[in-house]
Amino acid sequence: MSDNPPLEAYRYSDGSITYPGHPIGPDGSEPVDTVDLSEYTAEVITWTTSMATPPGVRQPNTLAIVEFDVDGEPVRALGQVTTDDVEIGDEVKAVYCDELREPGVGIKEPESQDWDGYRFEPVQ
Amino acid sequence: MERVAIIGASMTKFGQRDAWIRELLAQAGQECLEDAGVSPDALDHLYVSNMASGEFEGQTGVPNALAHDLAAMPAYTARIDQTSSSGGAGVYHAWQSIASGASEMTMLVGGEKMTHKTTAEATDVIASITHPAEYKHGVTLPSFAGLTARLYLDTYDAPRESLAKVAVKNHKNGVDNPHAQFQKEVDLDTVMESPIVADPLRLYDFCPITDGSAALMFCPESVAREYTDNYAVISGIGGATDTHVVHERSDPTTMGGVVKSSEIAYEMADLGPDDIEVAELHDMFTILEFLQAEGVGFFDEGEAWKAVEEGVTERDGELPINTSGGLKSKGHPLGASGVAQVYEVYKQVLGEAGPRQVDANVGLATNVGGFGNCVSTTILEGN
Repeated sequence: MSDNPPLEAYRYSDGSITYPGHPIGPDGSEPVDTVDLSEYTAEVITWTTSMATPPGVRQPNTLAIVEFDVDGEPVRALGQVTTDDVEIGDEVKAVYCDELREPGVGIKEPESQDWDGYRFEPVQ
Repeated sequence: MERVAIIGASMTKFGQRDAWIRELLAQAGQECLEDAGVSPDALDHLYVSNMASGEFEGQTGVPNALAHDLAAMPAYTARIDQTSSSGGAGVYHAWQSIASGASEMTMLVGGEKMTHKTTAEATDVIASITHPAEYKHGVTLPSFAGLTARLYLDTYDAPRESLAKVAVKNHKNGVDNPHAQFQKEVDLDTVMESPIVADPLRLYDFCPITDGSAALMFCPESVAREYTDNYAVISGIGGATDTHVVHERSDPTTMGGVVKSSEIAYEMADLGPDDIEVAELHDMFTILEFLQAEGVGFFDEGEAWKAVEEGVTERDGELPINTSGGLKSKGHPLGASGVAQVYEVYKQVLGEAGPRQVDANVGLATNVGGFGNCVSTTILEGN
């Protein structure tokens, strides 16, 4: 087991899963469990390389929307990609990063949220 | 329920302005009072559409400041913030104030002051609407546009040039709009060769950062007749939301809030997409004009790019879209944009659009906040 924090999604009573979690699920049901998405691989739905990045963000910043298959239940996430060599349909795994963006440089209060998380890396 | 009329409108020059938010709002407000022939003491309600005067300038409490500057006391005031769709939300609240009977004369002024910030700072203010799980990855609204544009082009096998043609069309329309930030045509090569901002989108796929304001005057139709014979009515209006977290949508190329808000507006107006003769859509990015044209039902999903290729949405086409030049060339002062969209449709249905005039008595405006997160759609008819 890894010491890294989980890429935590919520599973709701109707079986649906979302990342991030919400107090009430998409169809009105309550969360009953969590799922660590970092234990699964995902497929790239789409991607972009952002050249005009805000304060505290790496430049360029390649981002992807990916879809995990958690035992037949689809759940999507968005995040930085470890490389700009990525295509729609690629399989990716989640790789931990302790600081995705420099806290305290942008408009958000540094204490108001986490700044670590997972990047996506194509699986060769 | 008595119909709600619009009896006056104004907008300032959009662009890089020396004026700060108080002055911008007061300029459009004063010009709207004069255009409508309404005395400030006749205002029951005064709304300000503004996303972020505190974050951009450190000035809060702008509705009260505007009321004082225009001597509109003791009118009820409130600020409407719905991010980029603050203007359309303001139209909704102004309509509601009259339709409910709470007010007999409501002025809405939308405005934003942005250009004193760097592009990176302004982009960050706007990106602060995102969920922390998105924000920490450095997600921006332009990056949502890049993600969605790639998926749209891939899914529907649409050429990259079709997006560029939206920019070319809207810049061409903006030449005839004296209020536009850019009264300048751009050609296809210029768009296609401009620097990449969020791959596959380039600089000319994006609207600029803008200062400006716009205003509208609302009253019941019976009151409108006391002021003018030439007014427009809001025959339909609807508002709706989609997910806050954009990636949670099963299909990012479908804007659920656009679909729902237009359905509500069409039902109220007893009209359908085929009845619309001119439209202003929220082209903050070129891809958004496709997604909204499909969302409001002008074209089937995946078909809007063909309409642009065929010239259907040109000013002399079958369904002119963004005759004002759109956000693309007119500029996008956040809180003002939705108000300025309705300003354009108002001028079109009254036959007062000058060189931009098309043959239209029914028009639609769709204003989008976030990446389709919050939406309002307004249908106007000439009287």
